[in-house]
Amino acid sequence: MNIESVIEKEPVKKKVIPPGAIQQTLAFGSLIALVIFFSFASSSFLQWSNIIGILLSTAVIGILALGATFVIITSGIDLSVGTVMTLSSVITGVVIVNAGLPLIVGVFAGIATGAFCGFLCGIAITKLKIPPFIATLAMMMVAKGLALVISGAAPIYFTDHKLFTKIALGSIIPGVNIPNAVLIFFVSAIIGAVILSKTILGRYNFAIGSNEEATKLSGVNVDFWKVSIYSLAGAFTGIAGVIMASRLNSAQPALGQGYELEAIAAVVIGGTSLSGGKGTIVGTVIGALIMSVLTNGLRIMSIPQEWQTVVVGLVIILAVYMDILRRRKE
Amino acid sequence: MEPLLKMEHISKSFPGVKALSNVQVDLQYGEVLALVGENGAGKSTLMKILTGIYQKDEGTITLQGNEINVTSPKHAQELGISIIHQELNLMKDLSIAENIFIGREPKGALNLLVDDKKLNNQAKELFEKLNLDLDPKTKVQNLTVAKQQMVEIAKALSFNSKILIMDEPTTALTEIEIEALFEIINSLREKGVGIIYISHRMDELKKISDRITVMRDGTYVDTLTTAETEMSKVIQLMVGRHVYIESKPNIAEGEKETVLQMKNISTKALLKDVSFELKKGEILGFAGLMGAGRTEVARVLFGADPVTTGTIHLHGNKVNIKSPAEAVKQGIGYLSEDRKQFGLLVNMDVKSNIALATIKDYQSKTMFVSDSKIKKMAEQYVDQLKIKTPSVDQEIRFLSGGNQQKVVIAKWLQRDCDILIFDEPTRGIDVGAKGEIYKLLDELAASGKSIIMISSELPEILRMSHRIVVMAEGKITGVLSSEDATQEKIMEYATQLH
Repeated sequence: MNIESVIEKEPVKKKVIPPGAIQQTLAFGSLIALVIFFSFASSSFLQWSNIIGILLSTAVIGILALGATFVIITSGIDLSVGTVMTLSSVITGVVIVNAGLPLIVGVFAGIATGAFCGFLCGIAITKLKIPPFIATLAMMMVAKGLALVISGAAPIYFTDHKLFTKIALGSIIPGVNIPNAVLIFFVSAIIGAVILSKTILGRYNFAIGSNEEATKLSGVNVDFWKVSIYSLAGAFTGIAGVIMASRLNSAQPALGQGYELEAIAAVVIGGTSLSGGKGTIVGTVIGALIMSVLTNGLRIMSIPQEWQTVVVGLVIILAVYMDILRRRKE
Repeated sequence: MEPLLKMEHISKSFPGVKALSNVQVDLQYGEVLALVGENGAGKSTLMKILTGIYQKDEGTITLQGNEINVTSPKHAQELGISIIHQELNLMKDLSIAENIFIGREPKGALNLLVDDKKLNNQAKELFEKLNLDLDPKTKVQNLTVAKQQMVEIAKALSFNSKILIMDEPTTALTEIEIEALFEIINSLREKGVGIIYISHRMDELKKISDRITVMRDGTYVDTLTTAETEMSKVIQLMVGRHVYIESKPNIAEGEKETVLQMKNISTKALLKDVSFELKKGEILGFAGLMGAGRTEVARVLFGADPVTTGTIHLHGNKVNIKSPAEAVKQGIGYLSEDRKQFGLLVNMDVKSNIALATIKDYQSKTMFVSDSKIKKMAEQYVDQLKIKTPSVDQEIRFLSGGNQQKVVIAKWLQRDCDILIFDEPTRGIDVGAKGEIYKLLDELAASGKSIIMISSELPEILRMSHRIVVMAEGKITGVLSSEDATQEKIMEYATQLH
């Protein structure tokens, strides 16, 4: 028997649909189903003002979830995004209100704060070899404390800076009443999607999550890229912090904790695997939308808030279980 | 007298592989039976069947005259068959007594608490019976490897074992500790316990065993009485009939440029004073038994493990390789024996895997990665190396072992490495694809690449290598030219008969 004949006979498996796509379609289908259900259940659901309300409430969690998507694809986790977001708000407030510097400086300082916290988490994870869960848990506490210390535990109001509230609630497109926060969310999502799918950082992100050891042995400086990824996620957190402050017209130092879990939930519902290597930005956007459509719809149907939380919890279980079922089939 | 244990006509298949075919073993009361064979001869599979980890396809096992069917490791223990694995399975944060009686601790008040006093007393009684000098309350992590092994032995015998299987028990022990172990084995022998002793060290087998059973390629070869047998005969039986393999012409000393030189490399873990040279266009085979230190040499060279002493020279210049990233920069590529864990991103596609080490070259000025260029490059390799895949977008896990290996090779070729380290290049690859990988390796060497090839398959080593380095226990025990090398000679160096 010659070698060639053996090789010819070798079975070549049919090309399969990328597994991420199935989960995404599933998530998108669920979103549509929810929208249809709620529009029948309540006539006010599909009103323009309600839709804008849903989108506006998605913006902050959504932007946090964009950053979390990058981190979770490395098979890491970032628990610090909620309170780091608050710290970014506070720093923005301090720079603009207390120091009286221009708005742009304050916005930049807020984003930089987020990125720097992410950078520190990245250093702790790669250089000190602290597991991501612990490193970011510690950062969550540090940021929470610092936000209170720096603000003196009192909200910082932007009352004298009318322009600042326009960042989130103004509308840059004339005639169409879409708040800027929503636009910033979608633009951030597009930037995130391009980074994830088109740049080296995105490629290494998947490679690290898929098999960190093999990536390292291919000569990739895994530590550098992980620090970069946590810093990038931190920058998204900083953007969310600025928008949060703008929306509330104030930096609220006691807010923020709990947002990290909602962001993670949005990522997971969107089909990104907590074991790493798989995930999309589109999925995360859909996941974030599902979460806010669900809470909004349930509220419109006058279901008490306590029960809304219960339903969101059940939806997370359902989404992840579907993912597990799909995996098992493969 | 009927034997303690008899295994007859044992066969076992795994999907695509016949692991054991008609194997037999018999063990007498109070006997030490050595079980020997090359890596992959089937020793482990046979012992896994005896201890209930695998189920046999065919054959019978008779224990003290009764036919038995071992269904699980727990069942084996109940039958009095215990195994001490090469890697010890102790819980380091628990005490010796807790380790020995785990899962069957004496219960105290309300049947909820553990009666520590009784537990420690039970352990003490056991140690007295076995003449072991151990304190039941000591935490296992504070014990030397030798002492830990004694804890394992005590644990095995606390089940009143009639049969004790020891898998390479001496690899981590010093001479004095080995003597102590042998004393324990001798006292067990006097108590009538049957011991199956797996080892590669011929000198040890000579000393401790009564008989030697030789296996090869999943079959039974012969059983010899140790006292009447020359150890070189055992080796001959292990490697089998000499297969004629055309040897490669040696790349003459001095004629070719030396690309790589390792001088007196030692590591904390294993390597001792390792020195060798690699020439341009040479395939340097690394032979040895499992745990001999071949992979460790590769890992040091690739910057994955630190060295304690010694130097590495590339093209005559001393280099300090601290990380895989630096090794790659120096033009060294490593193809791990465990492709799925260390070589491939199995859930990602062919083109991403090929581009993994060189993706920076495909970044445009705008920072974006050009997919079309990567695709084109990957398709060239698919053609050149004849990688069987429907497209370069196919995920790696759907490719066969041989094609997966080719993808890894493509990755390093694209990186333009001039030193390639192949660790078990054909493991898990079927016969047809093996031939292709061999051809590819020959072509690479002919084109001026230098190759270090680690392999446990002697025919492969003999067929592929210009020179052969043999290792044992972290040291280089011999360097053979391809003309001089035979399977027997390599085995003699690998088992340190010299």
